[in-house]
This record gives sequence, structure tokens and C-alpha cells, in this order.
Amino acid sequence: MMKRIDMSIGCLLRLLTLTIGLAFATTAVAQAPYERILNAADEPENWLTYNGGYMSQRHSLLDQINPDNVSTLELKWVLQNQVFGAWQSNPLIVDGIMYVTERPNSVMAVDAVTGRVFWKFRHTPVEGARICCGANNRGVAVLDDKVYMGTLDARLIALDRVNGQPLWNVEVGDVDQSYSVTMAPLAVKDKIMVGVGGGEFGIRGYVAAFDAETGELAWKTYTIPGPGEANHDSWEGDDWEHGGAPVWITGSFDPELNLTYWGVGNPGPDWNAGQRPGDNLYSDSAIALDADTGELKWHFQFTPNDGYDYDSVQVPVLADINFRGTPKKVMMWANRNGYFYVLDRVTGEFLEGKPFVTVNWSSGLDENGRPIPTPQPEGMPTYPGNQGGTNWYPPSFSPNTGLFYFSAWENYATIYRAEESEYIPGRAFLGGGFSVLAPAPGAPTIGIGRTNPINNWTNEVGFASLKAMDPQTGEAVWSYNQFDVSDSGMLTTASDLLFTGGREGYFHAIDARSGELIWNVNLGGQIVMAPVTYMVDGVQYVSVISGNGLSTFALRE
Amino acid sequence: MKSLQKTQTALEILGVLGLLLLLAGPRVALAQELGDHQYTTDAIQTGSRIYTRECALCHGPQGDIVDGVNLRRGQFKTAQSDDDLRRIITAGTGGGQMPGFSFADAELSGVIAYIRAGFDPDGIAVRIGDPVRGQALFEGKGDCSNCHRINGVGPRTAPDLSDIGAVRTPASLQRNLLDPATAILPINRPVRLVTRNEETIIGRRLNEDTYTVQVIDSQERLRSLKKSDLVSYEISMAPSKAPTTLNSEEVADVVGYLLTLRGL
Repeated sequence: MMKRIDMSIGCLLRLLTLTIGLAFATTAVAQAPYERILNAADEPENWLTYNGGYMSQRHSLLDQINPDNVSTLELKWVLQNQVFGAWQSNPLIVDGIMYVTERPNSVMAVDAVTGRVFWKFRHTPVEGARICCGANNRGVAVLDDKVYMGTLDARLIALDRVNGQPLWNVEVGDVDQSYSVTMAPLAVKDKIMVGVGGGEFGIRGYVAAFDAETGELAWKTYTIPGPGEANHDSWEGDDWEHGGAPVWITGSFDPELNLTYWGVGNPGPDWNAGQRPGDNLYSDSAIALDADTGELKWHFQFTPNDGYDYDSVQVPVLADINFRGTPKKVMMWANRNGYFYVLDRVTGEFLEGKPFVTVNWSSGLDENGRPIPTPQPEGMPTYPGNQGGTNWYPPSFSPNTGLFYFSAWENYATIYRAEESEYIPGRAFLGGGFSVLAPAPGAPTIGIGRTNPINNWTNEVGFASLKAMDPQTGEAVWSYNQFDVSDSGMLTTASDLLFTGGREGYFHAIDARSGELIWNVNLGGQIVMAPVTYMVDGVQYVSVISGNGLSTFALRE
Repeated sequence: MKSLQKTQTALEILGVLGLLLLLAGPRVALAQELGDHQYTTDAIQTGSRIYTRECALCHGPQGDIVDGVNLRRGQFKTAQSDDDLRRIITAGTGGGQMPGFSFADAELSGVIAYIRAGFDPDGIAVRIGDPVRGQALFEGKGDCSNCHRINGVGPRTAPDLSDIGAVRTPASLQRNLLDPATAILPINRPVRLVTRNEETIIGRRLNEDTYTVQVIDSQERLRSLKKSDLVSYEISMAPSKAPTTLNSEEVADVVGYLLTLRGL
């Protein structure tokens, strides 16, 4: 008797799934043209590009979840990752379907309401692929009827969005020289843009654009100028050939100016600045590239001749604001080097810069924003430490509050050691090493990511401070501290909620105006990407990856 | 909650100051204090030269070529104390596989210093004494077993030391005895918590996050507390133990004993 009931329920469910499946199958063929991404803010029910929109504000106009009801959020579904390791993927949501990547280079199409998987595409990187800091992939781009993923073996793959079949697969960089792609590509007009990783292996970095339809290379702009190009003289000898300057975080786009903006990583070898005299442009810079030609329009270097690994691979956050009384198209940037900057994104002009954590590698910025270097004696700690005052994890800007939110690392320092390093193609090119400042010799310290459920290093080695920066002053209006450090990105909503996480595995909802905690839940694994929000059938969802689980919440019905 | 945050901030500031002070000149200060507990840098560098000339051919530049022996990491077939090493180097071992060497005293001490410094010419080489005498000191005059537990015997309030020889270096063990304030791991700092119900809990932290703290209290109970339920939370920067009064030979013996504790 019982069995029969089970079976009939099973049949019903299957029928239901079939109906839902069919419903999504019809929506999946709906196109996601460039115009939709351009106007992503008009359809907050979707999350169409890595940072939610070309301005990279990670601010959603959805407001069904608000400060009054956020504490009634309940878990709707969990998707378990089948591969261990930091899950840094940023899901996209297009018309009820979520596209999320898994280590090393898989893509899944997931029903955004139930968490069930429609299809999964696996790419196995070649064995020679070399990644400095984990087999990370931060997500896909979507354009028209395709999904695009960069790979650890430096390829760009286009998939059919409906069935996950590969359509083309092209080389982005030479895997034998340790080029890789970990970022989510950026789709602009008819092109797919990616940058390359490999700053620890002596690559020469670049951003490349490929024809979205065919995969043909459209343009490629090196982040280190070659002989005869402007600023080539910021390098000596052949240092430029293996000077690093990778681009491993998705950029932003201003359609009016037709400029794409990218953060450029560290020069190589990482820790021996003396081995590569000069400013080493455009390492540790923001660069503005023409979206159609890749031509470099301007640059702003945050850390000339960097010896601390202060990659400037933060997300360029764009906003049109009244800056001290004048309407400005600005770019806001909390940099790994410990300074918060506001730049004019039309010209690259420096408008403001202030330290947001203890900084001792520099005593301040001059009127052009160039740091005044104060290198520490050998064996003494440098603040901020190797992982920086902040890093790659995406910030948020709320036009509602006018504040810029990001994760900072406080009280965190590193002792650097420089040594001569020979460049051998494809091999690590580091120029020394470092140790994190610890309160006692041999005490546990902070590394890249968290693998221990016990925090035995404690906040004495460093702790997280979520900062709400006022771009007008460069000062934090409020901060929210966590005991461990955080690599979590930010999400703000029109209802003035701020969602974020941290290495401890708490998922927090914070009042974006006051900084008061309203709700949290312990998801038990490190949160190393930003939450996203979307809406299906009138229900607002918020998704966050913690450890090996992608958890999706909505209000209690 | 407000006052709690203040206490923590103050402690954090203290922590930073402490660190800066520590960094201002740890090597120099320590070298003076630790004087006869350690081999000198000169000895280590002498040893480095002798090792390269006489030992590296068989033991390898990293000291790990002979099966079951890793000199750099302090893994030997039978030797424990420095005197054991002295005997083996002088007399040879393994039925003639390793010949005896007739080094001058300074050369012999140098090689041992180089091994104890982990093959780091700028490292710290700690004197390591007799483990049997060390155990007696640990359980008696040294006052260690009043707080520490080893292999199921002793209280659990201080960290269990059953595998301490596998997880700590000789230098770290020695520093814990001589200068516990600069050697204690931050998680092990004594804590004092007062709950809203006016219960005072004294213990040692096991884990902590933004909203909670896990401790083992003085009655050896595992307690997990929400910070929002606490009216006071103090982390003492002073360890619960004072620097040892044992002399340098006795300290070497205790370190020798601790190094034999390698867990199950």
C-alpha cells in the first residue's frame, strides 16, 4: 500500500519536474544579447555578468528581502561541489537558470529554484598547467545563446547555453610558459575578453578579446609595453619580457566612454624589486582599454616597482557621483597596497587616496597619487602583509547609501626576504619569500584560504574589517570586524541590506547604513566569493557559496 | 557588547605593541638570556664547514640520504641527546657503515650545533640533554606535570604534551620553558569570562570566531559561549606559567624528554 503511494507521488514529481524542465527549456533559448547585459540594472531578477552589471557595483534593485524580514530567510536548496578546494565561483543567473563553475574547469547549468542540475560540462586542463595559488575558477560569462569559460590551461571555451556542448575552444596563452585563466570572462558587444594569470611564473601579462561567435582573436593588449611603445623605459634590459603583470580578475566597462577597465597584477619576480629597476608599468595599475580595439587610453599605477606582491587585481568599481560638489564619472578602488583611491575614470586622474589599514611601506601619497616609499629594514614587518589590505574579492557600491563596501585585513604584516632569481620559462619566478608576522616563534599564521575548523592563529595575526567607505572623504563611516580574516565579496540591495561572509563560514545580513548585524547563519565553510541575488516567479533568492556548498535562501513562505 | 568590543580593541592594541616590542630586538635579547642554553652562531658555522667537508658525502647536503635518518629534521636511528650524537660521531656506528671521526672538541660541538640548528647557519641550536633525567624533572622539581597531561596522565587544563616533540622544534620548547610570555601560542592564552548569569569561567581557549568562543574550563569541561551572553571577556597576555627556575643543564634534559614525546 505504502509503496503504491510512494510510486504515485514519484510519478507526480517526475511529471512536475518534466513540466518545469520544459518551461525552462523554452526560456533557456531566450537570448541574452549584449543589450540585456548593458541594461542589467533594469532586470534585477537576473545576474547577467560577473559583477552584476558593467559598472561592477554588485548592487541589486531587488528589495523583497529587507531589513524587517531578512531574519525569516530560510534555506531553499544546497548544491554540493564534488571537488574539494576553495570554491571561488560567481554564479550567473539568466531567466531562472544558474551557471556556476566547479574546480578545475567544469560548468553546470542549475535550476535556480530547486538547485537540480540540467547539464554539466567538464574540461580537464592539461597536466602541464601551473597555477600559483589553487585551481581556482571564478565563473563564466554569458552572451546570446552561449556560455564562456577560461581554463587553467589558458584556453577559452564557448558552450551551448541550452545543452552544455562545446562550440569552440581556443588558446588564450601558452600553457608551457605557465599562462592560465582563472577569471570569469567579460562579454562586451560581440567580444569575449579575458586576462591571463601567471604573475608568479614570469609571464608577460595581457588582456585579449575574442570574437564571441567564432573564437577568433580580435585584439590583444600587453600589460607590459614592448620596445618602441610608451613607458617601455619603465623596465631595464629584458626584464619586460618576463615581468609578470597578470590580469586575473574581471574588469568593468563604461559604454559611454567605450572603455573597459582592468586591474593589473604584480611585477615579477615578486619579492625582489631591486632585480627589475624602474616603475615596471603597467604592473599594479588600473588600465583603460578601448572596447573595440584594445588600445590603451590611460593608466594609473598604484605601486611602482612593487616588492610586496601588491597585485592591483581588484574590481574597478564605477559610479557617477557628485564628488565634492562636482558631477564626476569616478572609479573607486580599495587596493591591496592598503590605500583607498578615487580616480576620474575619463582621464585616470587621481582624485583622492588614503590608507584604510596600517601602512608602513609608504608614508603617504603625493598630489598625483604616487606613493612615497618607506621600505622597512630587512627582517622587519611590512604592513599590510603579503595578502594585502584587501585583495581580489569583489566590493560593492550602493548608490542608495553612497558608500563603498569591502573586506579589509587589519593588523596583518609580513616579513619579506628578497633574493636574486633566474627566469626559466614556465618555472616559479619569485625572487625570495616571506613569512607572516606571528605573535610567537613558530605560531600558526594566516595563509591563502582556510582549511582548519579551529582558529588557532587568532586575531593576533590579523582580522577582518568590513569597511563602509565614504568616497567623498576616503574614511570609513563604519566598520564591522570579524575574528578571522575574510576573503568574502559584498552584495548590496535596494532595501539597504549588505550580504557578506568570511572565512569562519557565517553568512551575514548587515544594515548597509548603520553597520548593525541583522541576521546571520553559520554555513560552516569559508565564503570566498560574493553572494548574488536574483528572482524567479516573484520570489527573491540570495545565493552564497560556503565551503563546498552553494546555499540558496529565500523568505519563509 | 560595547564594553566587550572595547576590551578586545584594547587587547588588540596591546598585542600589536607587544609584537612591535618583540620585533625590536628579539634575537639580541634572547641570545643574552639564553646564553649557555644554546650553541653559538660561531659553532653552527664551524659545524657547517665540517659537515660539508666530512659528512655530506654520505648523509647528503640535506642530511637525508641515509635510510631512517634525517639529520636536518632531528630524526636519528638511536640517538636522542647531544651526548649520544657525540658518541656516535666519535665511535662510529652500524657495524662499520659509519666510521668514527676524530674531531677536536670545538669541531664536534660545531657539527652537533649545525644539526641542531636544522642546517641553518643563522639558526638557533638548542642544547638537548638526557631524556630520562628530563622525565624525572618534568614530573618532579620542574612542576610541569601539575598542569600538563602526557599519554593519559595528568590534568587537561594546560595543553596535552603527548605529541609535543613531533609538533615543536627544540628552540620552541626551550623558549616555552625559559620565556613563556614570548613563546605561548595566542590561542593558549588564559581567558576569564563572566556570563550574564554571573558565572565566572576561567580556562583556555580551544577555538574562537566572531560570535562565539570555545574553552576548556578549570573543571575540564568543554564550554561553548556566545559572546553576546558575556558581560566580560578578558584574554590575559601573561601565560599561566612563570619562567622555569631549572638550570641550563636541567632545561636541556627536559627539552630532551619532550622531544621523545611523539604521540601514538
